[in-house]
Amino acid sequence: MTGMSERNRHLIVLGIGLILLFGLPWVVDVVTLLELTIYIVYALFALSLGFIWGHGGILCFGQAAFFGLGAYTYAVAAINVGESSGPFLLAILLPAAFAALLGAMMFYGRLSDVYLGVITLVVALILFKFVNSTANETYVIGQARLGGFNGIPGFPTLNWPGDPSAPLMPDEMFYLAMGLLIAVYFGLHGLLRSRFGRIVVAIRENELRAELLGYDVRLYKTAVFAIGGGIAGLAGVLFANWGNFVSPGVFGLAQSATAIIWVIVGGLGTLIGPIVGAVLIQFLTTQLGQQSVVNNAFVLGLILVLVVLLLPKGLMPTLGQLFSRGRRK
Amino acid sequence: MSARGEVVLETRGLTMRFGGVVAVDQVDFTLRDGELRCLIGPNGAGKSTFFKCLTGQLKPSAGDVLVRERPMTGAEPCRMAQAGIGVKTQTPSVFNGLTVRENLFLALARHHAGRIADARTDEALERYGLADLRHRRVGELAHGQRQRVEIAMVVAAEPWLVLLDEPAAGMTHEEVDALAALIRDINRRSTMIIVEHDMQFIRMIGDRVTVFHQGAILIEDHVDTVLDDARVREVYLGS
Repeated sequence: MTGMSERNRHLIVLGIGLILLFGLPWVVDVVTLLELTIYIVYALFALSLGFIWGHGGILCFGQAAFFGLGAYTYAVAAINVGESSGPFLLAILLPAAFAALLGAMMFYGRLSDVYLGVITLVVALILFKFVNSTANETYVIGQARLGGFNGIPGFPTLNWPGDPSAPLMPDEMFYLAMGLLIAVYFGLHGLLRSRFGRIVVAIRENELRAELLGYDVRLYKTAVFAIGGGIAGLAGVLFANWGNFVSPGVFGLAQSATAIIWVIVGGLGTLIGPIVGAVLIQFLTTQLGQQSVVNNAFVLGLILVLVVLLLPKGLMPTLGQLFSRGRRK
Repeated sequence: MSARGEVVLETRGLTMRFGGVVAVDQVDFTLRDGELRCLIGPNGAGKSTFFKCLTGQLKPSAGDVLVRERPMTGAEPCRMAQAGIGVKTQTPSVFNGLTVRENLFLALARHHAGRIADARTDEALERYGLADLRHRRVGELAHGQRQRVEIAMVVAAEPWLVLLDEPAAGMTHEEVDALAALIRDINRRSTMIIVEHDMQFIRMIGDRVTVFHQGAILIEDHVDTVLDDARVREVYLGS
């Protein structure tokens, strides 16, 4: 494939990941660490889309539905429970179950890719509209007010398991987010090497052939979609805890579209691509936000157009090719 | 395993309409265990549509498909495969982005767990003469080689019924000769239906032949009788 064996590449990724995990909190101040944490959260969200799109062949235009569901589930459950472990798990399981249900309807209904894109987009927008219109105080789940466009502020943030009096500090939030990103990355890598993962990739390559070999494509795609939903939910939980605030914007079109841009820029079909894409684009967005010469969205749009035209495979696959070519010379 | 000669596949009044066009018109078809049956007919005769109705790629508008007396009308392609039916489609349907070995592994992984599937994959690569190509991506191979990979995938798990749609299309003379030998070998273990255009090829492998014309069965007999039949010549060459 490339000049470097797959094993070596993953060892390098693991090495860099561990150095960043244990090294960064020692060299950067707490404000930078907080900023890095949100990049990692976005990277996790990008990974969820990169997995279902790049490996499962499912282009979801509404991945924010699961991200938002994770964020809101955590906020509502944390207010009701008062401790974070249960809500944390629930906020992964609920989006995964919702994705499984939605996926089953779409895949068993044999929807074509275009309709699949439209339906996922519409589901995210319906959730946005619904949550946005729950400002009235009658919209409560247990003790939690949904708050409509005002969002939900001030819910109990993540604490050490079983001890609500010990909330995670910013550096601990960083360790958790980075540790989870590394775990999810290698978990997905292991999954793709398993029999299940090889069949998923085969389905992306040729759905009819996979069917004719006796694999129930609908079941596999539903499972992939549910896993992607769970990971997006996990990113949503971390997002909610990072700012200690959730608002309907988490379900928004911008959230879904940005994730698609991260994946395209970083490189479809790799696991590292979406991570690099998310971190890079978010870093640029932050830097551009500090100036007022050019419009932020304009520059990001230009970057997307340039990447699509000049690096159609995305950043990481192109770098991989260049690297292997360089080694061969 | 059913006794040789027993009916293993049957269609009753099988009909497929596309809007106002009747592509397959009330076809009653019977296949017996161990047979090697060729389906022929001019373009648009309905043989490929009939084939797709058998394999679950199309849901028939009316009629029944019975596999070993079990109703399988409109069953998903994966259910047909799980019932032990191997299918090769008209255009090579392979995993182009994956290696030859991975393609064969995927064909065997549904039947065998982990290491057994790996061992069987290596055996199959040897048996079907693909060992030298094992690390090549299928998308990089020549058309004839891709056809061979697909046929190997279809038969690797030894299905009891093998359905091949135009297996000789785009192959060189040498490849066609090798294919005829391979098909006779497969037929020792499996019942077969082959949809084909190439008359030379039909003569090489032929046993019983079913001729389709305008969505219905025109004649069904031994290959020599069929190819000498005046009606068959007429539908192929015009009067």
